[in-house]
This record gives sequence, structure tokens and C-alpha cells, in this order.
Amino acid sequence: MNLNWQAVIDQLPTMLKASVITIELVVASCVLGLILGVILGLLRSSRHWWIKALPFAYIFFFRGTPLLIQIFLIYQGLGQFEFIKQSVLWEPVFKQAYWCAIIAFTLNTAAYIAEIVRGAIAAIPKGELEAADAIGMSKSQKIRRIMLPRAFGIMIPAYSNEVIFILKGSALAASMTLAELTYTAKNLGAKNYLHIEMYVAAGVIYLILAWIIMIGFRLFENHINKHKRYVPPTT
Amino acid sequence: MFDLQGYGPILLKGTWLTIQLGIVSLLVGLVLGLLGAAAKLSGVWILQRIADIYTTVVRGVPELLMVFFIYFGGDALLQFIASQIGYAGRTDMSRFWAGVAALSIMFGAYATEVFRMAVEDIPKGQWEAAQSLGMRPIQTIRRIILPQMWLVALPGLGNLTLVLLKDTALVSLIGLQDLMYYAGRAAQSTQKPFTFYIVAALVYLALTTVVTLLMTHFEWRANPAARYAKALAKSKGGQA
Repeated sequence: MNLNWQAVIDQLPTMLKASVITIELVVASCVLGLILGVILGLLRSSRHWWIKALPFAYIFFFRGTPLLIQIFLIYQGLGQFEFIKQSVLWEPVFKQAYWCAIIAFTLNTAAYIAEIVRGAIAAIPKGELEAADAIGMSKSQKIRRIMLPRAFGIMIPAYSNEVIFILKGSALAASMTLAELTYTAKNLGAKNYLHIEMYVAAGVIYLILAWIIMIGFRLFENHINKHKRYVPPTT
Repeated sequence: MFDLQGYGPILLKGTWLTIQLGIVSLLVGLVLGLLGAAAKLSGVWILQRIADIYTTVVRGVPELLMVFFIYFGGDALLQFIASQIGYAGRTDMSRFWAGVAALSIMFGAYATEVFRMAVEDIPKGQWEAAQSLGMRPIQTIRRIILPQMWLVALPGLGNLTLVLLKDTALVSLIGLQDLMYYAGRAAQSTQKPFTFYIVAALVYLALTTVVTLLMTHFEWRANPAARYAKALAKSKGGQA
């Protein structure tokens, strides 16, 4: 079997340009998804049923259905409604594959992040929250100063997995003909009948990106959980 | 609002294909996972490296890329193998089996890790105890290790099954006529994409809910200790 690796080298600039779009999608949905996910996670941890009912339904829907459907619901589905077509956001946002991809990935990952946040909040030792109450912190002070910083430290390993999943999920943007890495690989492969070479090249780029994400998070985790390695000086 | 305009039966047909695809891929994937875990635990250097490469590559590469690679690239590969053994005609990879291959390879990579961790969870003393009773390794695995392994592995496998079920939607992009594919067709011809995609989403939601319930049931069945504890608590009545 003669594989044409020269073609891969020739197409490398195109592939790298496409991976920039992939990286943009991942970064944007990670940041936005984290913000939405933390809000949903906090609401979901509430003791009152009327507060946690809505985030529960949200999480149930977005975790129970395929990401591909969520993408199509937003990219094609929203056009079914006249009031969205009339709105100012239609042309610049909802008609653009790029923004629809970011919206879909953000909504999807927020549901998973919300569960991670809920788990992390549940894992904070109860005494620390009681101590915050005991010294008279208000509710918002307790959330800002104790719950969130502690939860972030606990949830980093799970969150790094989630970022890898977004990276892998970003390939689905290819289904709306957005020229990211997978779509470009498919196109170049089909045009020159170089399927195997182009998919292998794209796969290697994805592996490198996943590897960078994992190393970045390991460094960040070491930094943020410094207190765990603190050894009190012995005298 | 949920007037399916005559597309109901065809969506059901797609749902049936989605279920078949899920079950077949699950079975093949479980076998791959067991083989992968066996390779990782075998202590044979070359088998361990192969299994390592398998799990690292599959877990770091997008599912959609895998599906495309196996469908388009696999075709080229088959053609090559066919020409090597002297078969001159055209080979065509069936979409269904391309889908099964992609989904089960992905399931198998994650299942390998689940099985490996479950086996490592069993105390070493049990292997030694079985050996001292004169059990052969294969007997030890069948009578001692496997029954206990499931208990630890089931929750992880349940999650993987949910991921697998949702990933079946990807095969619609290589033209396999599953639920997602027909929902897209109906959306196109009726100009009501939101309606049909939300109907398909609800069907997927129902399927994932059923899988979740089944998994809770299996976990309960696999855990005699928990059942015994509950029966005990019941027989004691209100005594604390």
C-alpha cells in the first residue's frame, strides 16, 4: 500500500490553519461553559426544590441527548421561529455556523461542568462551611471566599477531562461545514483520495492538542493545590 | 405541536436501527475491553504496549474523526487487502459494520481502563488464596476474579454505555439510516427542523433513561452484600 506522506506535508499549512479554528472553538466554549456551569452547579446544590428544579431539567436534557442533535437544534432548529429570524441577532449570530457551534458546545459542557461543581461542593468538608458561618460570614462571602476556591481545587482533574471532551466534541462542528480540523481533513482526503493520510495527520494534531491540555492542567493543579504539599516546619 | 406529519413510522424505524447499533457495538466493545485489560495485565511487554497505544490514541482523538477514518479510510484499506489476496472486484464496507467498528473500538478503549482498574481493585491475597487451594489461573479468574470485578466495573460501564448510545448519532453523518438521519430528512422536507430534532432528542432521552434504570438494576443484582444489608434492615423493622 503506497501512502502519500508528501501530500500531508504539502497540506500541513492548511491543516494548521484549520486547527486554529478548532482551538478557538475549544477556548471559547471552555470559558463560557465554565461560567454557566458554575452558576448552574451552585443553583443545583441549593436546598430548595424550586431553585434546583430548573438546573436539574437542564442537566438532564443536555447530558441525556447527543451533542450532534443539540448542534442541529441550534443551527437549523432556531430558524423555524419567526421571532428569532426577525431579531437583530439572527444575521450576525444564529445564522453563523461558528457562533452556533460555540453556543452548542457551551450549553453542552455547562451541563457536565454543573455536575462536577455539584460533586466538588459536596466534597468540601462540612466543618469548613460551619467555620465560615461561625465567624459570621454572609452567604455570598461564604460562596466567594470558601466554597468556590475550595471547589475549584477539588474539581480540576474532572474539569481537565471535560476540556478534552470539548476538544473531541469540537469535531462535530464539521457537520455544519465549519472548516475546522476534522472537516478540512475530510475535504482534503476526499479531493485527492488520501483518506488515510489526512485522517492520520488530523488525529496526530488532535493528540498533540490533548497532550498540551493535559500537561497544562497538571501544572495548574500543582500550583492551585500547593497547600496540600505544605509540610509544617519541625523545630 | 407534535404532529409528526406522517414521519412517525420512519422515525421508529430509525430508532430500531439506533438500538441495534447500540447493542451490537456494546457487545463487541465489551469483548475488546476485556481483551485490552487482559493485555495490560498480562505482564507481556509487547501486549502491554499495543494496549497502551490503543487506549491513548482512541481516547485522544475525536469520535467523529474515528467514524470517518474507519468508513472512508477503512474502505481503502479493505480494497488494498482484497487486491493483495488476488480479489479484483470492488469491496464495499457496509455502513452498519463501519459504524459498529468505530463505536466498539471507542467503547473498548475506555472499557479497557474500567476493567483494568476493577481487576486491580481485587486484593492480591485472593489470587494467592486461590492458588494455595490449588486452583488453576483460569479457574481463579472465572470463580474468584470475574464475579467480583463486575461489582466495581458496572458503574463505569453504565456511563460508557450512555456515551456509546449518544455517539450512535454520529453514524448518521456517514449515511447510516438511524434515528438522527431520519430526523434530519424529516426536518428538511417539512421545513420544521426544531420540531423533528426535539422529537429525536426526546427519543434519545427516553433511551438513555431506560439504560440508566437498567444499570441501576444490574448494579443492585451484582451486589449481594447491599441486598443482604437491606433485607436485614427491613427485618429489624424500626430498630436503629
